[in-house]
Amino acid sequence: MPMVMAAADIGRSLTRISHEIIEKSGDVLPVLVGIHTRGVPLARRIAGVIEEVQGVSVSVGALDIGLYRDDLAGRLTTELAGTRLPTDITDRTVVLVDDVLYTGRTVRAALDALSDFGRPAAVRLAVLADRGHRQLPIRPDHVGRNLPTSRTERVSVRLAEIDGTEDGVWVEGAEG
Amino acid sequence: MERLLLEGATVLTSRRQSVADVLVVGDRVEDVLTPSGENQEVRAGARAIDLSGLVLGPGLVDLHVHLREPGQEWKEDIASGSRAAAAGGYTAVVAMPNTDPPLDAGYQARYIADRGRQVGLVEVIPAGCITMGMEGKRLSHLDDLLAAGVRIFSDDGLTVTDSGLLRRAMEYVGSRGGVICQHAEDPGLAAGGHLHEGRVSSLLGMTGIPTQAETTVVARDLALAELTGAAYHVQHVSCGETVALIRSARERGVKVTAEVAPHHLVFTESEVLKMDSVAKMYPPLRTEADVKALTQALLEGDIDAVATDHAPHAAHEKDVPFEEAPKGVIGLETAFSAVCSVLGGPALRTVFERMSVAPARIASLERHGNWIEPGIPANLVAVDPNQPWIPQRYRSKSTNSLFTGVPLVGQVRLTIHDGRITYDASRVADPDEEGSP
Amino acid sequence: MSFLTTEGVARSELEKILYLADEFTEVLARPIRIVPALQGKLIANLFFENSTRTRLSFERAARALSADVMTFSAGSSSLSKGESLKDTALTIEAMGVDLMVVRHSSTGAPRRIDQWTSCLVVNAGDGAHQHPTQALLDAFTLRRHFGGIEGLRVAIVGDIRHSRVARSNLFALTALGAQVTLVAPRTLQPVEYQDWPAAVTESLDEELSRTDVVYLLRIQTERGGASVFPSLPEYVSRYGLTRERFARLPKESVVLHPGPMNRGVEIDDEIARHPRALILDQVANGVAVRMAILFRLLGAR
Repeated sequence: MPMVMAAADIGRSLTRISHEIIEKSGDVLPVLVGIHTRGVPLARRIAGVIEEVQGVSVSVGALDIGLYRDDLAGRLTTELAGTRLPTDITDRTVVLVDDVLYTGRTVRAALDALSDFGRPAAVRLAVLADRGHRQLPIRPDHVGRNLPTSRTERVSVRLAEIDGTEDGVWVEGAEG
Repeated sequence: MERLLLEGATVLTSRRQSVADVLVVGDRVEDVLTPSGENQEVRAGARAIDLSGLVLGPGLVDLHVHLREPGQEWKEDIASGSRAAAAGGYTAVVAMPNTDPPLDAGYQARYIADRGRQVGLVEVIPAGCITMGMEGKRLSHLDDLLAAGVRIFSDDGLTVTDSGLLRRAMEYVGSRGGVICQHAEDPGLAAGGHLHEGRVSSLLGMTGIPTQAETTVVARDLALAELTGAAYHVQHVSCGETVALIRSARERGVKVTAEVAPHHLVFTESEVLKMDSVAKMYPPLRTEADVKALTQALLEGDIDAVATDHAPHAAHEKDVPFEEAPKGVIGLETAFSAVCSVLGGPALRTVFERMSVAPARIASLERHGNWIEPGIPANLVAVDPNQPWIPQRYRSKSTNSLFTGVPLVGQVRLTIHDGRITYDASRVADPDEEGSP
Repeated sequence: MSFLTTEGVARSELEKILYLADEFTEVLARPIRIVPALQGKLIANLFFENSTRTRLSFERAARALSADVMTFSAGSSSLSKGESLKDTALTIEAMGVDLMVVRHSSTGAPRRIDQWTSCLVVNAGDGAHQHPTQALLDAFTLRRHFGGIEGLRVAIVGDIRHSRVARSNLFALTALGAQVTLVAPRTLQPVEYQDWPAAVTESLDEELSRTDVVYLLRIQTERGGASVFPSLPEYVSRYGLTRERFARLPKESVVLHPGPMNRGVEIDDEIARHPRALILDQVANGVAVRMAILFRLLGAR
């Protein structure tokens, strides 16, 4: 199972994404909203970089899109991880953060969920990896790494906060 | 006259059981022959039926069935009930009088008996009400009923609560061969009840019927039977305490007999946990201890007879919540197997004693319940006490049985009523394919 | 899996529902208080026994999850007349229902419908047997108030014998670690409770000082009490939560009631309005808890 991003690669990608977010922002920094599960620690890490660079605190929220999914029934779950938005998002810029962008359905669900909390001025999307194969007209604004994959392959991400192991991104073969 | 030669069964005679050939001529047992093949001239011209491996005994007698005719023929009628009875090994059944209208006059009794004879599969013996319309207020037409041949009196389904009225009924029929039978259930103690009062009723939040609803009535009735000297019969005993009351009364010389239903020998209140209303009947299924006490009492003779309390109800009537469902289960087609399974093969003679000889004696039925010997009416049944089977379908119009799907041991193979074969298991594999007689 | 009883339900499953209810409490606090989680699902509320509050609570819960709802109330329909319960259930199932919420005055009706149909069934109260969603909303209310249920001392007071609320709360609360005492005169105690996880007593006054939660059951005044206790005033004198009795409770204790209340009978009017009476919290929490249960049953289908 080949590793395509090591811990250092992930660190560099997040730093670059953080700087891109700062560049795109005006006077007011955006609200970072991580999509459960691994988008949440990624959003916190990006916020950490921005806070270090800018010296101001950044709002970070967590979004569980379990109530908004349209995936096949078999993939649905009745476990919810909890949605916590730290501030009113109306008229703010929101950056959604997730680990892997694939079909776009998760992002679609996240946009639906966000709209129930208010009307953001803009929503942007940051992902650690984009593996292609979109099924909806959705594109990321900030990408850590583009990963050319086939549909039969699986991309797995491990993060220290969630998995208790060293960070890394792997692409597993069709038989895996 | 038709001659049947029943060959090779183990034959139950009054003193012993041994393999023999039984010759039936017309409606009588003509002879019991050693199976050596002798007596060729006697055997000549008889239709031979091979019963080897089976046990031939007196046809079964049920003191307690509900045939629902007249008034509720969608549940059962005398024809379908007779088919069920024959398939269950019965040659006589006592039909309870809680029909619509209730049977409280002689002409009604004659109708039931005639209808039974027309169907011709089993002798249908009408029981008469103790009180007019089963209302518990005044005596039914007891003279009229006695004249029509009724000997079994009961307001079954309801209890005669008025002690004075019950005393007069005992006095009136007691000296003339009648038996007062009681469905013992104190209406105050049983009020609103649907199942045994105890662990399960408490858990399910349904009002229960305590055993005392039965014992208080039986205790009073035994005192009245002692006072009047009448024959008194306790219907469907459901608990051990009632057995104790009966035993001690009998020791005092009270003319008391008692019956137990097969379901009370097998199932407990736990059946109700499934909430299927097929487990609803009065008296209710009680505890494991009661099942043991009843089984012991049946073995030892404190309980004289098994009676099915065959109570058919249509499926749509039972497809309602437990508390709204009518009470009762069918039993004619499974009773022998159930009792045989409970008492076991070695007790087979006791099974026939309790399911044929004793009930025939209680109901004064001379043509039934006779151990096999030359000259008795040919009311016979051949059974295989070791044959396992699982009840699935019934000849009764209704299917409300707790025994459906329950593995049993012992099966009725051939029933003969007044010399005619009324049921032959080897010829009928599927009850649905059997035509009406 | 249908949700028919609290008896025998594992603590972990109860806790999952309570956890989901936390999430739905958050949903109900949003500017837009509806999520598309059960879009396209059809829920039938079958109230063979009338109950306005439970029916409304289930309707609100189903709609907040974007499910379609059909409601059938006894009296508003002729479906049940002369028709077996089975036929009624099969008729409604044939309309494409995914889940039935069933309230019935007879024990076991929801269980029977669960056996007859392939729909999921939620028991919204059957006879004097079970009212499991009530027990969970009560547990949820206590968990939010106290932070947890483990070790809470709960006295359930009143007509235990005929109460589905008592039975369902007993099994749910003890599974979650509470100690339950059932308080009633002998005629209102269950007939046989040897294997129940509860203490049973006739004396409310002896329990007061060692109770964290007083759970008052509704006394069926329409029964008149005539057959189970001598008179209402005599009942109140032994079991009513009067101001005097309330004053003898520990200061952190709370009062629950499943409603509707008989003010002045099982509960003093002033106590019913006291901040330590969580009766309206119970109602509010009912919606989130029922959302949690509906989502748990239907969300993964």
